[in-house]
Amino acid sequence: MKSLLRVVLLSSALISSFASAVEFKQVQANESTVTFGYKQMGVPMEGKFAKFTAQTSFDPAKLAKAQARIDIDLASIDTGSEEANDEVVGKPWFNAKAFPNAGFVSTGVKALGGNRYEATGKLTIKGKTLDVSAPFTFQANGTRGLFDGVFTIKRLDYNIGEGVWADVSTVANEIQIKFHLVLIAAPNKK
Amino acid sequence: MNSSILRYNNTAMALHWLVALLIFAAFPLGVYMHDLPLSPTKLQYYSYHKWIGITILLLVITRVVWRFTHTPPPLPASTPRWEVVVSHITHLALYGLLLAIPLSGWLMSSAKGFQTVWFGVLPLPDLVEKNKELGQLLATVHQGLNVFLFLLVGMHIAAVIKHKFIDHDQILERMLPKGMSK
Ligand code: HEM
Repeated sequence: MKSLLRVVLLSSALISSFASAVEFKQVQANESTVTFGYKQMGVPMEGKFAKFTAQTSFDPAKLAKAQARIDIDLASIDTGSEEANDEVVGKPWFNAKAFPNAGFVSTGVKALGGNRYEATGKLTIKGKTLDVSAPFTFQANGTRGLFDGVFTIKRLDYNIGEGVWADVSTVANEIQIKFHLVLIAAPNKK
Repeated sequence: MNSSILRYNNTAMALHWLVALLIFAAFPLGVYMHDLPLSPTKLQYYSYHKWIGITILLLVITRVVWRFTHTPPPLPASTPRWEVVVSHITHLALYGLLLAIPLSGWLMSSAKGFQTVWFGVLPLPDLVEKNKELGQLLATVHQGLNVFLFLLVGMHIAAVIKHKFIDHDQILERMLPKGMSK
């Protein structure tokens, strides 16, 4: 019995020491994507942001220390049509001249069981900051960590699409934001 | 005299006039919406155009099936040979265009990355992948076929006018319900 306990303790110590030995930090920009989905006249549409930067550090064994910061270059948007790309950087939408970036800063990460987690944080778009929470999955594949998540925002909460565009029967209020981040593990210095 | 006219049956008439009405909606809408600046109205008009167009496609398929399973009333024996030939060619071309135009519109929409969701409810499959060049090509095809449609509908109506006011025969009445003609 005692020896069994010792094995359990030892192996869990090993596992946690292994886990804390890697921290997923370096975002692979060319493999990571931030995409979004919305409905326009009932038609599902997809778009993406070509340019964004992310600083994250994630160690599943030390969730309290997990951090993420993502900045999206709004002018890099691809809504799927050129006409719309020109439109959405304009004043009624993102007003990208005055607010070139959208930013997410995490305030906490909690485990939901298995490989599922939830990040909470502040999302700032067009000068407005609101709390959001984004469930995501994390998979470590050797030194590669894959983060996949999706959350929904309401565009009108951020005044995205003002004036005539505020009509949500044409462009739906709900915008699903999907992220797929590939991070490379860096050995922990400590 | 009137009762002796050999008319199309009710199904054929209903389909004919419904399709005519919808073409008179879809065509000007297509021309008009194209040059609108991007706005919710433009997005709505595009959707309405697509919904009407797909409705035309379904009705025309029904018409073609009707035409294959029914024999239309024979033309008056006095009809000149050239009129029989020209009218058959025109009608055949109209059927062809009314299938090809909505199909090209559907494919164009898919190629441009905008799925067609009929009346905002029924999603039609995207039969081609998103592809900018193909989208532009199909837009040109759609436009070109519409020029033909415009010309043929013009001919079609000109023929009706000729029969009605020059020949004073009862070709138009064949496509009109009994109560609507003298
Ligand atoms: C018999 C049915 C139809 C008729 C008579 C029709 C007619 C037209 C016409 C006249 C135009 C304007 C062309 C131009 O000015 O460039 C147009 C444009 C257009 N049509 Fe149709 N159409 C039909 C069906 C459809 C369908 C079924 C769809 C899609 C599902 C569709 C999608 C479009 C689109 C997207 C445009 C705009 C093209 C562009 O912006 O370049 N049409 N149509």
